[in-house]
Amino acid sequence: MAAYFASLNPVALWNAAPGGLAQGLIWGIMALGVYFTFRILNFADMTCDGSFALGGAVAVMLILGGANPWLAILAAFAVGLLAGFATGILHTVLGIPDILAGILVQISLYSINLNIMGKANQAIPVGQSTMPFTSNIRYLGQTIALTLVCDVVIILILYWFLGTEVGSAIRATGINEHMSRAQGIPTGKMKVLTISLSNGLIALCGAIIAEYQGFADVKMGQGSIVIGLAAVIIGEVLSEAICGKRLTFMLRLAFTIIGAVVYYFVYVFVLWLKFPADDMKLLTAIVVAIFLAVPHFQSAGSNSFRALARRNAKAAKQQQKEEHHA
Amino acid sequence: MLEIRHISKTFNPGTINEKKALVDVSFTLNDGDFCTVIGGNGAGKSTIMNAVSGVWPVDSGSIWIDGVDVTTLPEHKRAAYLGRVFQDPMTGTAGDMQIDENMALAARRGKPRGLRWGVTKAERQKYREELAKLDLGLENRLTAKVGLLSGGQRQALTLLMATLQKPHLLLLDEHTAALDPKTAAKVLAATDRIVSEGHLTTLMVTHNMRDAIAHGNRLIMMSNGQIIYDVRGEDKKKLHVEDLLRKFEEAGGEVSDRMALS
Repeated sequence: MAAYFASLNPVALWNAAPGGLAQGLIWGIMALGVYFTFRILNFADMTCDGSFALGGAVAVMLILGGANPWLAILAAFAVGLLAGFATGILHTVLGIPDILAGILVQISLYSINLNIMGKANQAIPVGQSTMPFTSNIRYLGQTIALTLVCDVVIILILYWFLGTEVGSAIRATGINEHMSRAQGIPTGKMKVLTISLSNGLIALCGAIIAEYQGFADVKMGQGSIVIGLAAVIIGEVLSEAICGKRLTFMLRLAFTIIGAVVYYFVYVFVLWLKFPADDMKLLTAIVVAIFLAVPHFQSAGSNSFRALARRNAKAAKQQQKEEHHA
Repeated sequence: MLEIRHISKTFNPGTINEKKALVDVSFTLNDGDFCTVIGGNGAGKSTIMNAVSGVWPVDSGSIWIDGVDVTTLPEHKRAAYLGRVFQDPMTGTAGDMQIDENMALAARRGKPRGLRWGVTKAERQKYREELAKLDLGLENRLTAKVGLLSGGQRQALTLLMATLQKPHLLLLDEHTAALDPKTAAKVLAATDRIVSEGHLTTLMVTHNMRDAIAHGNRLIMMSNGQIIYDVRGEDKKKLHVEDLLRKFEEAGGEVSDRMALS
């Protein structure tokens, strides 16, 4: 045990922190995409594992073809829109249930991504092009600053968009479809639009991650839905604990990014504890399950049959005592 | 003006659950008519509402609103002509949105929605004045989430939303059935005021015979998907609950407890 603790190097943790911050800030974009469908539209979209890798694949192939890295990111956003559009059409026009529609597109994107890359992974040769987002330790500060700017811009755009007439219509669709149609909102179109935009953001995040790590892999999106959900839920739990009643919509969006950063700090910390990398997905699932359970247990704490039984037992005991004294 | 020409609707045709919900129903509401619809369970009252609002397509016949054939328009497009209030207070509003946001959604019914701001300052002022007329104190809670309101407040708000821009036709589907008697009376009073002020053509479904007699200038009774009684003007004013019950039994309709007791 002592040997284990002695082998842990605090300096290594300190050195790993900036990388965790950068990845958290990048994954925050993905989390905003997940928030858009999962929380605003109330739609569990499984497309994202596929669209995330799609964004990475498209960006890397474009960069290998000599395209500007920024242009590659925008192109990734555009193809992400298409992926989301496909899921939206499967759901609204063909009447396929939400989770299944997402899974179908996700699985088809696996083949599509293989076709785009020609093989399971493609790397950007070092020095071919200087990436705006890079994990190179010398430029990590620049990457972090740039990602932070991107996060802020995307939050501002989302905040503005959801406040517009179309944005209000999207929110209404997510809350009460029946009412929305009665108010003349084409709920099907709103769903397709939202799922498209969400996957656009997720693919954009995939492109940035591919630039950051210097390669795209057909499996890079695997489990990304869980990371996105983890960020959304950690962000919600934290924001409600910290802001309480003063929680505004802008803060909710900001805390989604913070949720992603917290997730990656935990990730880095656990790796530093020499937790086997193979078990990270299991750990992620456990973390998400815990954070999902927190709101449930908070309300169950006082509002459950078990709590009632405890209170009643206590009261009975009290009464017994008083009778005894009398 | 609402014209319903020979509409029929059968649910689950060809199965043991087949239900002829509407059988060749025709009637016309003139401009400014306030027509109440009564009938037992399964008589076709709510089915008429859903047919007019386009929840699903009818099997045959056509529906005209102010001279426009809306029979083939989907629900969200037909919404441009309609104001609707539902039985369940939860249905008519978006609970997780603010009062002003809900009203702004209704104010844009039938209009293209773009990238302009969802609620403007000028609108808010107007909404405040409209809410004040309801006399429920909602004018000071413009940014409160609708989910925090009581059932009666939500119904009153839905009614206001339905009439924020003058609908060609107002559809009230048992909109006081889920409320306590005192609140129901309040919402009905508001309904009377809004309908007469706006001179709105209105179709109101109700289970309550007394309400059906007391409100509006016309009454339609339905049974087994058909209109079995249609009375208006002076004749309607003279009606008593007993007359309606007799009429209902004559037509072979079953009088449910809920109808007889109310």
